[in-house]
Amino acid sequence: MSSLSTNITGADPTAEPAPVEDRRIRARRLTLVLIVLLLVVSGLSLTTGASGASLWNALSDLVAGRELSTMDRVVLLDIRLPRLCMGILVGASLAVSGAVMQGLFRNPLADPGIVGVSAGAGLAAITAIVIGGMLPLAVQQFLGSWIVPVAAFFGGWGSTLLLYRVSTRGGHTSVATMLLAGIALGALAGAASGVLVYYSDDNQLRALTFWGMGSLAGATWTKVLAALPIIALALAAAPFLARGLNGMALGEAAAGHIGIAVQRVKNTSILAVAGATGAAVAVSGGIGFIGIVVPHLLRLATGPDHHSLLPNAALLGAALLLAADMIARVIVAPAELPIGIITAILGAPVFLWILLKRRGDLGL
Amino acid sequence: MITTLEARNIRVKLGRKEVLHGVDLTANSGKVTAIVGPNGSGKTTLLRAMTGEVPHQGEVSINGADVAQLQPWQLAAVRAVQPQSSSIAFPFTVLEIVRLGLSAGLSAADSSVPLKALATVGLAGFAGRMYLDLSGGEQQRVQLARVITQVWEPIVEETPRWLILDEPVASLDIGHQFTVMDLTRSYAARGGGVVAVMHDLNLTAMFADQVVLMEAGKVAKTGAPAEVLTDEALARTYGCAVPVNTTPPLGIPFLLPQARRDMTPHSG
Repeated sequence: MSSLSTNITGADPTAEPAPVEDRRIRARRLTLVLIVLLLVVSGLSLTTGASGASLWNALSDLVAGRELSTMDRVVLLDIRLPRLCMGILVGASLAVSGAVMQGLFRNPLADPGIVGVSAGAGLAAITAIVIGGMLPLAVQQFLGSWIVPVAAFFGGWGSTLLLYRVSTRGGHTSVATMLLAGIALGALAGAASGVLVYYSDDNQLRALTFWGMGSLAGATWTKVLAALPIIALALAAAPFLARGLNGMALGEAAAGHIGIAVQRVKNTSILAVAGATGAAVAVSGGIGFIGIVVPHLLRLATGPDHHSLLPNAALLGAALLLAADMIARVIVAPAELPIGIITAILGAPVFLWILLKRRGDLGL
Repeated sequence: MITTLEARNIRVKLGRKEVLHGVDLTANSGKVTAIVGPNGSGKTTLLRAMTGEVPHQGEVSINGADVAQLQPWQLAAVRAVQPQSSSIAFPFTVLEIVRLGLSAGLSAADSSVPLKALATVGLAGFAGRMYLDLSGGEQQRVQLARVITQVWEPIVEETPRWLILDEPVASLDIGHQFTVMDLTRSYAARGGGVVAVMHDLNLTAMFADQVVLMEAGKVAKTGAPAEVLTDEALARTYGCAVPVNTTPPLGIPFLLPQARRDMTPHSG
């Protein structure tokens, strides 16, 4: 019996298999390329802008041991550098949130911006701004500038949790339910935000309008430092999720059978998405589509292995957002376009393209 | 040391309806145990209860340890489970899928196992292909390779490991059915345990050491193929005449389902 079947299949288990191109090596090379890209874009970002301040003048002043001119110091250190840092933090957060969420929901269309998580985080941020002024002074001082990012984190966490509960049944997530629930969630958060806007005073209103489009224009060191701890924690969790999210691609049950603590992976993923999205939304408003475009491009290039996808997404997300920010600053100079417009122009077609290409296997 | 996979008094409710009414099963390592029965008799539900995929009453133990007390990675080190069908969310290559089995068990160190596992299921040379581009039968064998990778050595530290398979040959051609069944036999021969839900009674008769015949959420009969697969038992459980013969010289049962007398060939 045994020899018979071996003859039929012709499979010889002892044969040395042909070498296979390993996408892990390509992904590692891509990481190096992306680091260089991010450095280049960062340098460009520091030299680009409406004012005549020049990074090169400033650097040559520094090298020659001269004092920086006041203009260079203010523009570079107090405007462009915090903006650069915030762009890196926000870009990395949005891209990694997208990748983690897609892994968790097992489909490439899950993105915090599209399924209402950003809207939930934004609502919580707005609530914090409007209600925050009514809190006792001691509480306000204790929370300081962190009140908005922390509130946005809880908003993002609540909406991700709700979305997962609604759209997942028996370990399988329905894409259609997820997208539709996301629309409902977004609409609800939008309506509630509208009510809060109605009750806010002029100063608050100015702070709020900015959530509509998303921008890095308000970058300050205070905001960077407020967002940094939450984003750092969320991004630090990502590497520990890689194996779990790879396993989840097989489905929840099969992931459990290969030894993955599925519930822990889900909880950590939801917390990481909420933290990264919440903090990013709190300091820069709703910047869409980075979370869709970046992971999708990387999967095309080096495959869906989360061990490389997550760090590469952070790098490419940061570089892409900085590039979009430069376009936003230059294209209508000396005015500035909201960066959300640029990312939507780049991202919406990619989203539609994935939708068309995968219509069949997504059951839509 | 206990080297069995045991289920005691398993009851499963789907909605309000009880579909398993207190099922007992003992599978020995070194043997292939097949669970057979008509559609809806509870074969797959039993398997899912034993692997913890559906909520159930009753106890399941593996090598003497209560599975409810084991962590996922401890369980993954002693047993691998092949689902009936597997959709994959992202464009992984075949090798990337099979490698997912590596990180689970104790064989994590040996990175050559995935390619060997692919060769044993007749998929040598498929490592770089995209999983989603393969046919159903090929995908099924990739999943089997992943499962085998997870518990590659049948015995580790004198403890048997287990392959739990849900219809492993369901969408395979006859040649690959034999490849896969041979593989289960050799795994058992080397000391591992195999529990498989099977549809094909002839393959079951040829390859199984023990057959568990399910009927309406209960075990109707259990024992060696020749004891369980009898004319009367099959006629009763399956509701049709399935005369059982034996193949010389080993006396392995084989079944030849008969058309009913009142069925006449279509004319014109």
